[in-house]
Amino acid sequence: MQTFLQIIANGLMLGGLFAIVAVGLTLIFGIVKVVNFAHGEFLMVGMYATYLLTTGLGVHPYATAIAVVPILFVLGALTQRFLIQPLMNARDEHIQIFATVGLSTALINLALLLFGADIANTPNYQLRSQVEIGPVRLLQGQLWVFLAAILLVTGLQLFLKRTNIGRAIRATAQNRAAARLMGINDRFVYILTFGIGAACVGLGSALIAPLYPSSPTIGTYFVLIAFVVVVLGGLGSIPGAFFGALLIGLVDALSGFYIGSDLREAVVFGIFLVILILKPSGLFGTRMSLSHVSP
Amino acid sequence: MLEVRDVHSGYGSTVILQDVSLRVDEGEVVTIVGANGAGKTTTLRTISGLVTPVAGSVHFDGEEISKLQPHEVVDRGITLIPEGRQLFPDMSVRENLMMGAYRRAARSAQAQTLEEVLDLFPRLGERLEQHASSLSGGEQQMVAIARGMMARPRLLMFDEPSLGLAPIIVEQVFDVISKVARTGTTVLIVEQNVFHTLKAADRGYVLENGEMVLDDAADALLRNDHVRQAYLGI
Repeated sequence: MQTFLQIIANGLMLGGLFAIVAVGLTLIFGIVKVVNFAHGEFLMVGMYATYLLTTGLGVHPYATAIAVVPILFVLGALTQRFLIQPLMNARDEHIQIFATVGLSTALINLALLLFGADIANTPNYQLRSQVEIGPVRLLQGQLWVFLAAILLVTGLQLFLKRTNIGRAIRATAQNRAAARLMGINDRFVYILTFGIGAACVGLGSALIAPLYPSSPTIGTYFVLIAFVVVVLGGLGSIPGAFFGALLIGLVDALSGFYIGSDLREAVVFGIFLVILILKPSGLFGTRMSLSHVSP
Repeated sequence: MLEVRDVHSGYGSTVILQDVSLRVDEGEVVTIVGANGAGKTTTLRTISGLVTPVAGSVHFDGEEISKLQPHEVVDRGITLIPEGRQLFPDMSVRENLMMGAYRRAARSAQAQTLEEVLDLFPRLGERLEQHASSLSGGEQQMVAIARGMMARPRLLMFDEPSLGLAPIIVEQVFDVISKVARTGTTVLIVEQNVFHTLKAADRGYVLENGEMVLDDAADALLRNDHVRQAYLGI
């Protein structure tokens, strides 16, 4: 029983990690309707930024979020403004996807050039030390990631539902032409949304860097699961991404223990396929969010 | 108030409007009638900044507005209620109305405007928290009109407000348009429902194949032989 609880706890912690990476991805997809293949590399950039600031200034890695989040916001906003926006009226919308794939490759190679292929360990300031909560032991850093994921998801939902600019963002996603007629500057909305989506992963990177070593290809490791989470939760759904991430985290941890750690991904993707067959729009998906993907 | 001069406009290499001119004075109800594909919608889209004219100009209160973005045109006091309602389907009626008052000037008066608008559309008051997509077609058209009014425009443009509605609802829509005009808002309507529109309007233009072929007082157009033969089937 104790082992089972420990596995559940591990799964939830892993889910929090996936959630914090996936939230920005699903936001950008839901609003801008662009699949950002460079999302994992945004995480990588954020982790290196955390590493450099932590070692360079000798501060706690979490404190670097004050700088890393705005840096990633600007990176995301610039991506939308100068990479995606010029392609908005391209004849084929897949061109935007190729552009983000290109950006991803460029960022990985830039990191290889600057930092080499070696891993960089961010000082972890006791965040890798264990804490006991009842019968389970967890890493301090994992708990903070989990808490941050909950706060981020709740905060984003409130922002989108309760603020004027949040409503404008949703309106633009639901009917861009009508939003423009209401006086909403759609280009600004897209730039802002891309920036916020990237800023989310910026927050994630400051929290993840003390737990995982940074490397130029670290992004691909997380983002593949993030894509599964986004599709599973329902494309563009923020609560969907959160609960999808927890589910994938649990499945990963349970199958790793009871079935075999080599087969974890097989089980994760197997369950992913079954859910998509039973509910093609994802757990929290609506017909509308699915219609974005079908032509 | 609004002056469209010698406008050529269209989409990409397809030219729809050729040398279109029209004028709307303060407080008037003006209509552009014509068949499907004549260029009526393109005219409104050009005025609202969704389409930039290839040649010619659009002036509002003497200011050239044809190069402005749609949100800048809204700021000048022009709002377009688009064809086919175009509501935000996953938002409540209240949120849809709030989006109408998105620009800063309208937002500060939002509470008061909402009261005025709900006076005009009492039914919407009962539906405020419902999803826009759950309403009937007629109710959705009312939300679209109310949403347009939330911007407190000086010029309100209607694109085919009666399209796809039952005859009894069409009567209600034109009734509402008359009420809007009586509040002092200038109105420009584009319609295929020629009879109703000319009844409601002061002046009218007839658009055929992207060119203005007639303009006159609305009652004169109702008596015009060409209009009667081509549009009223008399």
